[in-house]
Order: sequence, then structure tokens, then C-alpha cells
Amino acid sequence: MKSGRFWAWVVFILGAAYFFIPLIATVEFSMRMRRGAYSFDAYQIVLGDARFQATFMYSVVAAIFTIILGVLVVVPAAYWIRLRLPQIRPVVEFITLLPLVIPAIVIVFGYIRMYGSNSPLPFLANDTATNALLVIGYATLSLPYMYRAVDTGLRTIDVRTLTEAAQILGAGWSTIITRVILPNVLIAVLSGAFLTFAIVIGEFTMASLLNRPAFGPYLQNIGANRAYEPAALAIIAFAITWGCMSLIQILSRFAPKSANRPN
Amino acid sequence: MAEPFLSIQHVQKSFGAATVVQDFNLDVEPGEFVSFLGPSGCGKTTVLRMVAGFEEPSAGKIVVAGKDITRLKPNQRNVGMVFQAYALFPNLTVAQNIAFGLKVAGMPKADADRRVAEMLDIIKLPQMGDRYPYQLSGGQQQRIALARAIAPKPKLLLLDEPLSALDAKVRVSLREEIRSIQKKLGITTIFVTHDQEEALSISDRIAVMYGGKAEQVGTPFEIYNRPATKFVANFVGTLNVLEGTVTDAGAGKVRVNSQEVALKGKLNGSKSGDTLSLALRPEAISLGRQPGHDTSLSGEIAEVHFLGSVIRVRVGIGGNTVSLDTFNNSATPPPAVGEKADISFSSGDMLVLH
Repeated sequence: MKSGRFWAWVVFILGAAYFFIPLIATVEFSMRMRRGAYSFDAYQIVLGDARFQATFMYSVVAAIFTIILGVLVVVPAAYWIRLRLPQIRPVVEFITLLPLVIPAIVIVFGYIRMYGSNSPLPFLANDTATNALLVIGYATLSLPYMYRAVDTGLRTIDVRTLTEAAQILGAGWSTIITRVILPNVLIAVLSGAFLTFAIVIGEFTMASLLNRPAFGPYLQNIGANRAYEPAALAIIAFAITWGCMSLIQILSRFAPKSANRPN
Repeated sequence: MAEPFLSIQHVQKSFGAATVVQDFNLDVEPGEFVSFLGPSGCGKTTVLRMVAGFEEPSAGKIVVAGKDITRLKPNQRNVGMVFQAYALFPNLTVAQNIAFGLKVAGMPKADADRRVAEMLDIIKLPQMGDRYPYQLSGGQQQRIALARAIAPKPKLLLLDEPLSALDAKVRVSLREEIRSIQKKLGITTIFVTHDQEEALSISDRIAVMYGGKAEQVGTPFEIYNRPATKFVANFVGTLNVLEGTVTDAGAGKVRVNSQEVALKGKLNGSKSGDTLSLALRPEAISLGRQPGHDTSLSGEIAEVHFLGSVIRVRVGIGGNTVSLDTFNNSATPPPAVGEKADISFSSGDMLVLH
């Protein structure tokens, strides 16, 4: 037993070192901008940069729209599949996995060919339409995470019986989704939303090829031309992602408890 | 005769090639408590779900208070339903659950709050309004589900095996509570169960179902004492079935293991030499010849089970075995296996099964 515990600790320490050493090294490097002393100069420069603020805000807004679009598409779809079309669930699961298999560059080239200014749906003809196309692209990229999160949430409740109970009490579909189903899968939806947020904030390929002023291309641009600022940016991006994950953990404590499985 | 409140007329339901309900007919009077009793897969829940609107009949129609509701959606029927799995909304408190239907119907908040308090009083859980479903026991959850179903004052209450998930003691107390609330409110109720004791104890009438059909509809007394078919006789209560041969159809005489039995009345539709199934409830049979019993058969004790206050005896009569219960008497030892014994009964208690 003691030997087993020893090796468990060895594996844990190795794993933690693999994770933390590069992180500590990046933090340490990001603070060496001022010669001979540690400072937050790189962070000040990055956070004070108007392009940082503009691109970060752009990506935050894009992430919010992506989350709204994802929720509007995925929640009713996953709900309907669980309620009425369980037989097509494997097909839908396969489709939602495709964005993990097909590189973003392939998707975005497809968009450019399909929605160029000469196409019947000229998404690339003006900035607003291109922004919309970027959000649609991001919703596609986040589909595997959003669908799985929502589907897992739906699995924890008896969708059919709750739906029927609400129906027999006079509720229509919109009431059922907004007052019965969504509140019971809200934490799952939020998990999907934060994963979507993390993906959108760092996404480079789509934003770059659609020529959008997003945070991902800005990160790449800084990384290619500066020394200390990219390290500071990496830490900031890491903190944002880590913050999202922590929020998922905190919010999951407030999930409605199932009557049959109190804990 | 008054118009029935609920009328299920020639209803049929098929799923693909399988017909699960065939030509089902039932009229229910206002305020009546009718149980659908039958084994799993007999179609009882499907009929209930058609009344609720969750399934659409393949043929036939359903009329409530003179209005054809066959094609109406569940949320347009004003029907209350209690599910086997409680189906309380986990994100809502008890009070919010009960108020759900009232809110959907647009009832003002003050009125809804009053109605919720009234419902909590009726189900005797007045202090539970702020609790969440996961904080309640199964029995309490089902009472809340009942309160939620009746809060919007539905025309009809449907109970889909509401006691199946509860333990035996809670089942008995809750079924009595359901019946008393139903009587108090006078709400027409359909109760689905596979438990004959439940159905017999609380129903005004029972529809015994088998193979998608109503085998018999009648009061618990009729169903138990005058089963119309072999299935009903076997399914409801314990029954002894004896095979006999008709010797004189006009006089109602049948031979059971070379002993002649005279039944009350003629055997219409039978002729001499036909084989018949005859049924006897265990409580109608006595060991030995008893006063008031006009018929007796001789046999041999096959099994004796001492159950404390009751002794269950099985007597072999030729190829038939008859079960009967006698009260334990400390002065008389139970009969021994292999002993010759007579059993006696009133010929009026013997049923001919079709």
C-alpha cells in the first residue's frame, strides 16, 4: 500500500511539474522587462494598449453572441432529440464532433467560397455580415462542447415526464423550455457557455482569415513582434480561461438538485 | 340515464403493426372513481395517456363533459395528472410547483397564493411550501404532485400508478388519502394500477384490462364475486379453477372427477360432454361438510401451510387442486397430508368461466 502511495505521489509531482514549471517560467519571464528587477511593466503596457482593449472587447462581444446563438440552437435541438427523436442522437453526436475533426481553416475557406460577395448570401460583403459569419463559425467550433454540456444536463432530468407534467398543467412549448427545462439544465448550459467563451477569446484562424479585429490575431501579432508582452498576454489569457473554469465549478454548486438523487 | 362525464368510445391505438388498445369503451359518471386494472402491457396506461392527450387514438373518440377532446393538445384539455415518478419540477419549491398550473393559467398572484395554501392544507403539508422536492420523502412528493394536479381545478384527474414507487405502508395510507380528497372535491378520477388490492379498495368501478381490451367493467364487488371471464377471475383475487364435464346442461349438472355437482341455473350454450372451467374463491370453501353448503366433493389433503392465524390447505380432487383457508384453532390440530377429506361449498358460489 505504502509503495502504491509513493508512486502515486511521484506521478502527481511529475504531472504538476509538467504543468506548473512552464507557467512559472512564463510568469517569471513576463516580469523581467525592467533590467535587474521584477516588475509588471509588460502587463501595464499590454493592458494600457488601446488595441488590447479593442480586440479583447471585440472578442468578448463575439463570445457573448456566440453563446446566445449556441444556446438558442443547441438547447431546443438537444431537448427535442431527447424527447422525440432519441434514435437520431448518435447521428447528431457525430455531427457535433465534426468541428474537432475538420480544421477551422477548412471551415473558414468553405465560408469564404460559399458566402463571398458574389454569393446569394453575401456574408463577406460588409463588416456587420462578416461579424455575423464569424459568430456562426465560432458557434460551430464550440458545438462539441455546448452540445455535450447540454446533453449531459438533460440526462440528469426526466425530460419526458417533466415535459408531460408541464403540458398537462397547461404549459406550451416556450413555457416548458424556459421555465422547466432550461432552469434545470442551466448549470450545464453555463458550463458550455464558459467553454465557448474560452474558445472564442483565443481563436485565431477564423478571425484572422475573415480579417476581424479579434483578440486571437492580436495575441499572434504581439507574439511575433515583442519579447516580454507575449508572455504577459499568455498569463492574462490563462487567467481568463482559469477564471471561466472556476466559475463553472462554483456555479455547479447551485444546480437544482434532483429529487431522486439529492446529492 | 344522465350523460356520462367522460365517454371513451371505440378507442383503438396501434403503434406500427402492434395494436395495443382495441375497441375500448367506457362511460364514467361525474365524480366517479374508476380504476384501470391489469397486468403490464395490457394497454391501461395507453388509454390513460390518450385521455390526457399524450397519445392520439388511431380510431374512436374521447368526450369530456359533452365536448370531443380527441384531437386537443394536452395543455388544452384541463385535465390533471399524477405520474408514477412524481415529476415535480426540481428547480421549484413545493409552493411554486403547486402554483405552476395556476401561473400558466394567468391567475393573479394573491389568488394563486391562497389556492396553494388551501392545497397544502388539503394534503396536510401546510409547512412544506418553501421546501424543494429533493428535501421530501417519496410519499410527500406524491402528495405534492396530487396537490399540483388538482390546484387548477381540472375537470378530470388521471392517476398513473401513483403509488407504485412507494413502500407498502405509505401506499396504503396514501391511497386512502387520495380517495378521501377525491370524494371531498368530487372530481372524476381515473386511476391506473396493476395492484388488485388498491383497485378493489378505493374504486367505485374497475375496468379490468387484458390484451388491449376491457374484459369487464363493474364495481369491485361484481368484479370479485362475478368475474365475467376466465382472465378476470384469475387476475382478481385467488381462485380455484376446476375442470368439469357437462352431464345435463338443462339442469346445470357438471361432473368433476366423477362426482356430480349441480350448479344454480342452466348451462346455456353448453351441451352434454362439453368441458367447462368452474371457479371457486378459497373463502367460499370449507373443509368438511358445513351447514348451508349444498355441495361437497371428496379428495385428499395435498399440502398444509401453517401461517399463524390462518392455515392454508390444498386438497387434491382428481386432477384438480383446490386451495382453501381455515382459521387456526388451538383445540384442533391441522389436517395431515395424505388424509382423506371432504370440501363443501354453496353451488351458488361456483362460477362458470367463459
